Amino acid sequence: MSDPAFEDLYREVILDHYKNPRGHGVIEDADAEAEGQNPLCGDEVSIYVAFGDDGETIDDVRFSGRGCAISQAATSMLMEMTKGRTVQQVAEMDKDELLAEIGVPLTPVRLKCAMLGLTTLKVALHRSKGTPLPEGLDGFDDLELG
Amino acid sequence: MAVETVKRLDARALRGDFPIFEEKIKGNPLAYLDSAASSQKPRQVLDRMREAYEHEYANVHRGVYELADRATEAYEGARLKVQRLLNARSRREVVFTRNVTYAMNLIAYAWGLPNLGPGDVAVVTELDHHAVFVPWQYIAGRTGAEFRAIPVDADGELQLDALDEIASAGRVRVVATNYISNTLGTVNPIERLTAWAHEQGAIMVVDAAQAAPHRALDVQALGCDFLGFTSHKMCGPGGAGVLWGREELLAAMEPFETGGEMIRSVKLEGTTWNDLPYKFEAGTPAIVEAVGLGAAVDYLEGIGFDAISEHEHELTAYALERLAELPWVRIFGPPLERRAGIISFEVEGVHPHDVAQILDRHGVAIRAGHHCTQPLMRRLGVAATNRASFYLYSIPEEIDQLVEGLHDVRKVFA
Repeated sequence: MSDPAFEDLYREVILDHYKNPRGHGVIEDADAEAEGQNPLCGDEVSIYVAFGDDGETIDDVRFSGRGCAISQAATSMLMEMTKGRTVQQVAEMDKDELLAEIGVPLTPVRLKCAMLGLTTLKVALHRSKGTPLPEGLDGFDDLELG
Repeated sequence: MAVETVKRLDARALRGDFPIFEEKIKGNPLAYLDSAASSQKPRQVLDRMREAYEHEYANVHRGVYELADRATEAYEGARLKVQRLLNARSRREVVFTRNVTYAMNLIAYAWGLPNLGPGDVAVVTELDHHAVFVPWQYIAGRTGAEFRAIPVDADGELQLDALDEIASAGRVRVVATNYISNTLGTVNPIERLTAWAHEQGAIMVVDAAQAAPHRALDVQALGCDFLGFTSHKMCGPGGAGVLWGREELLAAMEPFETGGEMIRSVKLEGTTWNDLPYKFEAGTPAIVEAVGLGAAVDYLEGIGFDAISEHEHELTAYALERLAELPWVRIFGPPLERRAGIISFEVEGVHPHDVAQILDRHGVAIRAGHHCTQPLMRRLGVAATNRASFYLYSIPEEIDQLVEGLHDVRKVFA
């Protein structure tokens, strides 16, 4: 007997990103960095950003850390998605864009895992460039009320 | 021609939602005139809590299994309902607490202790419940700050002309008061006090325990900085309360209690705090009680706060009129137009506890005592009062029953 939601949650692409994370590593003397934790699963993610000569383009972005497959795979996907974008584009990036990439419905509790990388990246950019702090990434912000 | 009218409530029909009104008390119908102490509970709230315990129960935030999701969504859903009720900007501003006392202590300790010192002034009022009065008196004492109470006049209304004198005592840093006096029903001028507090550079703290059950609250319109209320006075269960605070103030504050859930990362070298509102929710919260509060919010919004206020206003007018027929009854408090559904009174020559005891024989439940407002009792020159209070399920027959009972009190002590 198989549960389709379960099959979905751990679909191949997520397990692939988890086992072979893209952009995994540390950038020494990074232009921006931040560390994030999700107390639920004990997930930890550190993100390092190097800007291009224009100071606006994300030339390189890497992460290190450990945690559940959802948090690590989503952060891995995020590395691929944000490399080459501008600071402003990433600061304004909506959670739905990352969710579409993850491609499976998440409960509010697991959404927190999935958003850890994006939240941490936005915090790093905020510290370095003063862009807005992440808001509205929490799964409880848009619960359906009966 | 369309005429805009306030939706009226049908208290007799609503009583059907409250199982207690099906009972006889000492052979009489129940006249429950003590809702200011705690309200009765409708089936809708009880059913929702039973459903939560039977089908949605696990600890919140921690598990990833189905039941933990259901419990977490129910608990966080209740928070969103409170956010909507208060028109708060963000759910991060809504902290679940045990009750108002806890909410007021949280502010006094987590904001007051590090922010007050010699030369500062903490201001309350002579009207205030001990839950507001005592925490600020205590924290002022510990920090060396001045502690002042805005005086009331003989009708129990704030004497705002005393504000200048209070401001001259030092730097006013906090003004804390009841929105509505639990003893006299006085509706305080919160917007005006808030404006004055902010002129002084102070924060404004509002205890809305007697307001939240009866009238629509809009924290953004009120302009205050913190506001607390409790579930059990508004048709919800005991053990759940709310502290609303401005996000920037809450974010800058240290925690009040430490432990599980309120942390982000714990290491031997140090610990960092969780996001709002969880930084202030250490330990397993009262999960199903919060869900019950959410159901109570739904219930009250379904009836409509305008309808509830209007109904209570009419009952208060009727009760003041009926009590005025009794020349041996003295009524305390402000005139009808500035009074919520609370009436404190005394019966000439009879101690309030004896009044309440005799009324109980008639199935009438009122409160007798100092109502946790001893400074106010001293100001009024009494040791205690009787207090009748009304809610959405109160009906005029209960007031008639009270008046009949008072005639009996008079007879017994003649």
